[in-house]
Amino acid sequence: MSAETGSFQVKIGLAEMLKGGVIMDVTTVEQSRIAEDAGAVAVMALERIPADIRQDGGVARMSNPEMIKSIQAAVSIPVMAKCRIGHFVEAQILEALEVDFIDESEVLTPADDANHIYKRNFKVPFVCGCRNLGEALRRIGEGAAMIRTKGEAGSGNIVEAVRHMRTVTSEIRQLTVMPPEQLMAEAKRLGAPYALVEQVAKTGKLPVPNFSAGGIATPADAALMMQLGAETVFVGSGIFKSDDPAERAKAIVGAATYYDDAAKLAELSVGLKSAMAGLEMSEIPAGERLQERGW
Amino acid sequence: MVALIGILALQGDFARHRSKFDELGVATRNVRYPADLDGLSALVIPGGESTVLSKQLDAAGLRAALEDFARTRPVMGTCAGLIMMARDAGDSKVSPLGLMDMTVRRNGWGRQVHSFETHIEGRLNGAPTSLPAIFIRAPRIVEYGPAVNILAEHEGEPVLVSEGRHLAMVFHPELTPDIQVHEYFLKSLAA
Repeated sequence: MSAETGSFQVKIGLAEMLKGGVIMDVTTVEQSRIAEDAGAVAVMALERIPADIRQDGGVARMSNPEMIKSIQAAVSIPVMAKCRIGHFVEAQILEALEVDFIDESEVLTPADDANHIYKRNFKVPFVCGCRNLGEALRRIGEGAAMIRTKGEAGSGNIVEAVRHMRTVTSEIRQLTVMPPEQLMAEAKRLGAPYALVEQVAKTGKLPVPNFSAGGIATPADAALMMQLGAETVFVGSGIFKSDDPAERAKAIVGAATYYDDAAKLAELSVGLKSAMAGLEMSEIPAGERLQERGW
Repeated sequence: MVALIGILALQGDFARHRSKFDELGVATRNVRYPADLDGLSALVIPGGESTVLSKQLDAAGLRAALEDFARTRPVMGTCAGLIMMARDAGDSKVSPLGLMDMTVRRNGWGRQVHSFETHIEGRLNGAPTSLPAIFIRAPRIVEYGPAVNILAEHEGEPVLVSEGRHLAMVFHPELTPDIQVHEYFLKSLAA
């Protein structure tokens, strides 16, 4: 029997394997090794972490292929990389590099202000950010095999991640109790494909794994997102902007497994140094909020 | 005795295994602490990342308890679970449990773009069996001892194996609608 690569089941399969873990942003080979040793389930290879992108300004693009290759050579866990929203050629290059997952990410400067990438054309799975159910289902409609709530990347502030996760889960809950004749109007309101709205109404969950990102800085933050329904967490600036990356990374990995055990979380949080400073949302001007990128 | 199946729930797709046993009407319990092993009939080590499972086993103080458990009770492992059951994981980043006499190679079929789904032919309960199989950055079994039985192959390579009471596979039956592998594991408990 012939083998089929790049099917939707095969793409979702990798997302399933990442559940209950922590995906860490890394910018160097050394950081990728620290992440793997700490128990990261995957690393996101990027040139600048979101906190620095925010500070430096300018156009943020796909990472240098050489840097991605060096991280692929250094670790044995899956290596993810980001491309700009709508930049399907960056995605083609990342696929040629054989990254394991592509994040079509609002953290980079968007390349298309109307369209996202048509992700079904790729054998590599994609993860996309969302702030609400409509955005999640539009991305899944385009072929995303994993969704992550966006939060506010590089802020070290969990409030947006919580808002987005609560929005998605409460919108899902509403669908499950809606009579069928209201689903079309709801699909119109959400701006989401009708078939996917129908499916979510029936199953009560997204058709792909639902992870969380943007603002996670402590083991407690990670556990909070897991208790709110995230199946895995992405930690970006939170690890390598802290005073103790290796210890913090390890503690957050433990928090993803024991997210509902307060005694264990207390134990994991003991002895950590300062977390990243973080930003109050009102300090970020409206036009500079990364979460607003994506359509 | 009514079966109670433990699913190692440190990281990975443990929920998908639980759903399989739910479908078969068999009770399960997530295992994250040594005490969770008490009273279990068998244990499943799910797919996930073997580097993470290996570290988390030690952090949880579960390694010795699991080795002890496996001396008398069956263990089934899928993908990373199979790596953890091997004698040699071929990689210093992973310390396997050594429950089966085999050497494996992590990511033996390559990175995710080379992950695939197919049907494999094997023999379960003495009858020819066709199984849908999803391989995700799957390991390869590169060497195995005489006590290892090959139950199914893909392109001439062993992908579903047993040794004594233990069962392991490089693919993911829990990701397909098929329940034959989980049924087979339950049947072996009754025997």
